[in-house]
Amino acid sequence: MTTPADLSPAAAIRPGGEIDGIAIGSLLHKGGMALIYEARKPGIDAPLILKAPRLSHGEDPAAIVGFEMEMMILPRLQGVHAPRIYQVGDFATQPYILMERLSSPSLIMRLGDLPLPVDEVVQLAARVADALASLHQQNVIHLDIKPSNIVFRSSGEAVLIDFGLSHHAELPDLIEEEFRLPYGTAPYIAPEQVLGVRTYRRSDLFALGCLMYFFATGVRPFGDPQSLKGLKRRLWEDPMPPRALKPDIPPWFQEIVLRCLEPNPEHRTPTAAQLAFDLRHPDQVALTGRSEKLKRDGWFAARKRRGNEALVRAARKSAIASKLSSAPIIAAAIDTREADSGLAAAMRATLLRSLKDNPESRLACLNVLKQKAIGVDETHDEAGHNRHVKRLVELKHWAAPMGLADGRITFHVLEAVNPAEAILTYARLNHVDHIVLGARKETFQRRLLGSVSAEVAGHAPCSVTVVRAKNAMEAAAEAIAAEELVDEDETQP
Amino acid sequence: MRIALLADLHANIQALDATLTAVQKADADRIVILGDLIGYGGDPCAVVDRVMALAQAGAVVIKGNHDDLDADPDRDMHMAAAEAAKWSHAQLNEAQAAFLRALPMSVREADRLYVHADASAPEKWRYVLSAEAAARSLAATDARLVFCGHVHTPMVYMQRTTGLAAPFTPVAGRACGLLTHRRWHVVTGSVGQPRNRDPAASFAIFDDARSEITFHRAAYDIAAAARRIRAAGLPDMLASRLFEGR
Repeated sequence: MTTPADLSPAAAIRPGGEIDGIAIGSLLHKGGMALIYEARKPGIDAPLILKAPRLSHGEDPAAIVGFEMEMMILPRLQGVHAPRIYQVGDFATQPYILMERLSSPSLIMRLGDLPLPVDEVVQLAARVADALASLHQQNVIHLDIKPSNIVFRSSGEAVLIDFGLSHHAELPDLIEEEFRLPYGTAPYIAPEQVLGVRTYRRSDLFALGCLMYFFATGVRPFGDPQSLKGLKRRLWEDPMPPRALKPDIPPWFQEIVLRCLEPNPEHRTPTAAQLAFDLRHPDQVALTGRSEKLKRDGWFAARKRRGNEALVRAARKSAIASKLSSAPIIAAAIDTREADSGLAAAMRATLLRSLKDNPESRLACLNVLKQKAIGVDETHDEAGHNRHVKRLVELKHWAAPMGLADGRITFHVLEAVNPAEAILTYARLNHVDHIVLGARKETFQRRLLGSVSAEVAGHAPCSVTVVRAKNAMEAAAEAIAAEELVDEDETQP
Repeated sequence: MRIALLADLHANIQALDATLTAVQKADADRIVILGDLIGYGGDPCAVVDRVMALAQAGAVVIKGNHDDLDADPDRDMHMAAAEAAKWSHAQLNEAQAAFLRALPMSVREADRLYVHADASAPEKWRYVLSAEAAARSLAATDARLVFCGHVHTPMVYMQRTTGLAAPFTPVAGRACGLLTHRRWHVVTGSVGQPRNRDPAASFAIFDDARSEITFHRAAYDIAAAARRIRAAGLPDMLASRLFEGR
């Protein structure tokens, strides 16, 4: 039986060589752990690369284990946020991965341009958060998020590369078992990773927080420590608030970044989806003391956090797969005219039940302001603006009886011609896990046009709950009231 | 080849039949029974008959401690086990008893070793419950893969460069690659007495071409199995624990 250490550098893998029908081109990159070649294979039109581990004697054993992890994880990944895999070589003979070649350079090329304007950092980070949400959904934690591992497709989506340090919840973790030293990249590694905990999705959010901080200020929040002791400082020492380095950074951005950098993963933004949500709705970010900080915590406060190590270690047990589903984004499509109806009460009760079960979940209240299909809209004038604001006020009034804290509820007036489409688009863009909407009485118009709830339920990317008021009297009252989610006077005659 | 691995049937015919249906659906080409056909459950004769038929059709069958009349039935278990073992053996006819007596302690097939408990001393019926135990078991054979039962909880151990084997709790329904340049110790769950807090019958399918193992669960009529245990006058605890899978 061969062990990886016995494998000599492959003779077949060299420029001009051929393996398993793959023609190998020039050497593109010589990394610490792997070699990357240009490649071609008959029948595949896309530009390809072939990645092979460096297996010669004396190479870091992490290179081999990291390559094994990539060979296990990459072919299982789906979606646009990971490179497409075409073929993997047998580890017992010659390990390699044949994958799509992503033409754009990684984010590391931007280091010379730092600091970037906050708008640009937000726009980049939201797309990386989308990619992480997709990855986490597939039970994978990247654990090495840094500029050189992020590229963008020409269509705009972020693609994460290099899964050599990743953890898959459904596969044996070879890294955890083989090495005692923490593996990661010093400026970005999360404190729990420093302690050897590899099961927290929020470790990726910490790394993205470091990246946002670095890109917006030009300074790394925790420097680039070279020792384990230096790495451990981030367990208790807070970084300089970004606004102290660059005063034009808005408080909401500092809030988002510092929340990602919380040493205890339990205090961070719960999920990548919620982080993407915050980055796309800055006006809805609940501000805390973090947003206004202009100084580091005093020596005494930092000193008190020395106990964090035990805290983070203890948290390990709760870092299980269920964490993702326990912090969902719930979207409620609300008809603001019926705040006092039985249906509204039933909807609020349904929402409260699911929010109560999941303390880290959040609620997005949606209302659709219907636009005219043809003709000029007045929304840009004052009347339109007023209507938008009026709807927001009504939405807040509708939700007030639920008594939810600021950070858990947001309000959104969507302007659209087709309400169902607006709700579906919103759900897709914001990684919504659950849509709740009200059922309405059958009417002639609805039979003709189809109902919003049926269209949403039929095409939603997530679960949909259609709430119906039980009380017959109230149901009758609703029938008289609403036909649609929107006001009659705003529909096209 | 797709190999179905069934362990610890424990005279539970309802669980065995549900499992065999699931095995058929999973397109298995071969069945390996990793021991403990009887004991605990209320249908030792039906289960042994079923397994004898499978063996006739080419299944590999290994001996477990409960199948061995002379073995000290689970020293660290309570009286219930001993009582059930004695009762089970008393039910069997001569052909069934002879079949159990003749079962091998282990079988080697290509790079795989099938054994009921720890491979380093199968007759001692030691549990493979830790990385150390898995390492000891792996060290006793040159087979790349060892499949055992006895523990009643699914677990996969990988041979580490340091000699110890790392434990991994497999996720039902998700294939786990047993990388071909490494050695692995697989503990299958139990068909008739699952103890991983999931009452469904547990079994695994190993795909040797892909070197991948997938653990499966099969729902079965637990109430019927419990009734049979109570009807036989066996300790009630053996019936009630089936509902909880512990």
